Amino acid sequence: MAKKAPKSKTPTSKLSKKPVAGAEETHSIYEGMVPLARLKDKDKYRHNVSLLVDNESGVLARVIGMIAGRGYNIESLTVSEVDRERGLSRINLTTIGTHQVIEQVKAQLGRLVPVHVVRDLTDDGPSVARELALVKVAGKGDPRVEALRIGDIFRANVVDSSTESFVFEVVGTTEKVDAFIDLMKPIGLVEVSRTGVAAIARGAKSIEG
Amino acid sequence: MAAKSTARTSKKADAQADEQYVGARIILKALEEQGVEVIFGYPGGSVLPIYDELFKQNRIRHVLVRHEQGAAHAAEGYARSTGKVGVLLVTSGPGATNAVTGLTDALMDSIPIICLCGQVPTHLIGNDAFQEADTTGITRPCTKHNYLVKDVNQLAKTIHEAFYVARSGRPGPVVIDLPKDVCMAQGSYVPAPHGVQHKTYRPKTQPDKAAVAHAVAMMAAAKKPVFYTGGGIINSGPKASKLLRELVELTGFPITSTLMGLGAYPASGDKWLGMLGMHGTYEANLAMHGCDVMINIGARFDDRVTGNLNYFAPDSKKIHVDIDASSFNKNVIVDLPILGDCAAVLEEMIAVWKARKYAADQKALKAWWRQIADWQGRDCLHYEKRGKLIKPQYAIQRLYELTKKRETYITTEVGQHQMWAAQFYRFDDPNRWMTSGGLGTMGYGLPAAIGVQMAHPKALVVDIAGEASILMNIQEMSTAVQYRLPVKIFIINNQYMGMVRQWQELLHGGRYSESYSEALPDFVKLAEAFGGVGLRVQDPAKLDDTIKEMIAVDRPVICDVMVDQKENCFPMIPSGKAHNEMILSASDKADKQITGAGLALV
Ligand SMILES: Cc1cc2nc3c(=O)[nH]c(=O)nc-3n(C[C@H](O)[C@H](O)[C@H](O)COP(=O)(O)OP(=O)(O)OC[C@H]3O[C@@H](n4cnc5c(N)ncnc54)[C@H](O)[C@@H]3O)c2cc1C
Ligand SMILES: Cc1ncc(C[n+]2csc(CCOP(=O)(O)OP(=O)(O)O)c2C)c(N)n1
Ligand SMILES: [Mg+2]
Repeated sequence: MAKKAPKSKTPTSKLSKKPVAGAEETHSIYEGMVPLARLKDKDKYRHNVSLLVDNESGVLARVIGMIAGRGYNIESLTVSEVDRERGLSRINLTTIGTHQVIEQVKAQLGRLVPVHVVRDLTDDGPSVARELALVKVAGKGDPRVEALRIGDIFRANVVDSSTESFVFEVVGTTEKVDAFIDLMKPIGLVEVSRTGVAAIARGAKSIEG
Repeated sequence: MAAKSTARTSKKADAQADEQYVGARIILKALEEQGVEVIFGYPGGSVLPIYDELFKQNRIRHVLVRHEQGAAHAAEGYARSTGKVGVLLVTSGPGATNAVTGLTDALMDSIPIICLCGQVPTHLIGNDAFQEADTTGITRPCTKHNYLVKDVNQLAKTIHEAFYVARSGRPGPVVIDLPKDVCMAQGSYVPAPHGVQHKTYRPKTQPDKAAVAHAVAMMAAAKKPVFYTGGGIINSGPKASKLLRELVELTGFPITSTLMGLGAYPASGDKWLGMLGMHGTYEANLAMHGCDVMINIGARFDDRVTGNLNYFAPDSKKIHVDIDASSFNKNVIVDLPILGDCAAVLEEMIAVWKARKYAADQKALKAWWRQIADWQGRDCLHYEKRGKLIKPQYAIQRLYELTKKRETYITTEVGQHQMWAAQFYRFDDPNRWMTSGGLGTMGYGLPAAIGVQMAHPKALVVDIAGEASILMNIQEMSTAVQYRLPVKIFIINNQYMGMVRQWQELLHGGRYSESYSEALPDFVKLAEAFGGVGLRVQDPAKLDDTIKEMIAVDRPVICDVMVDQKENCFPMIPSGKAHNEMILSASDKADKQITGAGLALV
């Protein structure tokens, strides 16, 4: 009886790319229709996902608790009220995982009751993502001049200065901010404070549209 | 702070908003409007205002449990056997924490319950006040949703919303934390909105028609199809079961179900393969392993079901119907997910099958059924009847035979007896089978039986129990006696934590570490001490008479069935193994040692 378990054959389906009618009436905009090849891809990707949530107490704990409890990877998470009248906050998060995991993250977020919208900005067309960092660099003489010069190249503003330090405000993609900080390390980097990523889709459409 | 007496006499709906009620009264009004008939609860300081209002009315019955975990499982049993939302009421702090196991159980098994929790007054929250616990914090990961109500005018609205959330989409437990001052403040009542349009939570029930059409085309082209159905059909309601039966007849395909889906398709049906999974039948598991099209309706590819994922139904295309998108591609990548309610999808599938005049490939299907008949011929549930010992399987078989003609509801505890119940009690209807599947909570069965009996006072309700599990919530015997609920506790007494012993035998060289119960109570005396009836049977020849006696007694009964202590539950797919690597019997296990990664699995 103990037949050897056969190896898995890869089923294919042309259907998975088909857009789904009636998606607008779903609670979670996610329908699960993801191409099989993507789901089976074992590589990991970084995604920016944005949510609109009811700005009620506990909503952030709900999101973070779910992510931690299910063991997903979060690189960055920001939250802020974006629509006072309707009591809506926006959560931007950056997560890393295989497509299968990222689809799970989105579906799990989508089923939280106070979540209005889940949008994968990395997948759903072009988007912009920025973060701001305050970077403190200390030093005198040449290093101080060098810090200012690099600040210039990165279009960083000096928002505080003393005789032996600067605080730079640098804005840009995560990569740009990383590069700026790396360059400041040998010069006298003291401290970094980053906001995390804020992201938004390009074009006229809103996250709810 | 009592409610104004005029408040209750007012009839005009539009005047209602101006009418002032005390918070606790608003809570009861909202429950009444939601159709609540019974609450399972336990009082304490923070819920005294609610208990006071309960005292003043007689529309809602309160069942005083003996432990808040019991209240939660009773609410689950009530909910699962009726399709309604179950309600429990507990006090702050220890009352709430005691309910946590039941809430988690309901979350794992998708059972709609509402837990009303007392809380310290709002101005004391966060001060480590007496019997304060961060209930919303503690229950956030074990509920579908939870609320802390800080304003008496939000009470009614929140309760209505909580019922909507608990029963809609994938059902689940919802906690409402109720600070004492809010329950004592005056506020207005708002009636339940008609056709709730929740701000954010609007699960999709109607499937994408194109996706269903594609699924039906895949089904019609199948040569070795199998239906794999689950608790989602029960959640969806009796209509889904009816439609499932129709679709199975229409297609002629074989059908298996998870533990949670038993009864959706009748065990007496000729397309029935039995349960699948770790303790499922040979034919069900091999049909899953060998199928070319798998039609999953309302099941979630649980690890007890799939076995080793690398070898799970390797040559199949998979259709997956679920109301919760997070079930798709979570454990198993599927070819065609269909988001929607089981009943709606089944209805559409039937319509498409008929409209397109589909017919199964008869030649292929016949060959498939022949193969299945071959597997069925192994008689995988066979057990040796030897000597003067009652075999546990035999006890459940006899229980089934002697109760099948009645309106019978079965609950279980957790362990071998639970699996034997699933294998040998044959369910022909949905909502008759209450068991803790996802969490596997020992101590579930007795309180659940109490909840079921409250909902179905005339029916026969039996908790098929293990002697270890039953002790986890045995205090609820007292509840059963108080409310004259004639639940029957049918203990399959093997003096072992049999399921643990079985794993120790298979995986740990027969070192039975702490799995033998050295000091069990005398269950007959225990029943009597509680004011119930105790029976014991040891001789197979007397089993039938004992069961008949148990049924005939119109009071709570503990029936202690002394069974063969060494019996193991087969078939079994050992952890880490594939469906086609089942162990069929004790003699079969030698060449199937569990090794490597399988040892680390649960
Ligand atoms: C000791 C022990 C042994 C076990 N052995 C086995 C075993 O051998 N075989 C077995 O099958 N189980 C076994 N179980 C149970 C197992 O752990 C799982 O609980 C069970 O398999 C899950 O059943 P399910 O897939 O039907 O999902 P459920 O937990 O019932 O979930 C229902 C699914 O349906 C969806 N759904 C809900 N409502 C709807 C709706 N209206 N429309 C559409 N979809 C809906 C949900 O989103 C969910 O995905 C065992 C448990 C224990 C304690
Ligand atoms: C609350 C809880 N604790 C521990 C377990 C682990 N466990 C699963 S089955 C089992 C033994 C159950 O023994 P018994 O009730 O006698 O049933 P049997 O297996 O003998 O039929 C144990 C300890 C559990 N499922 N639930
Ligand atoms: Mg036992």
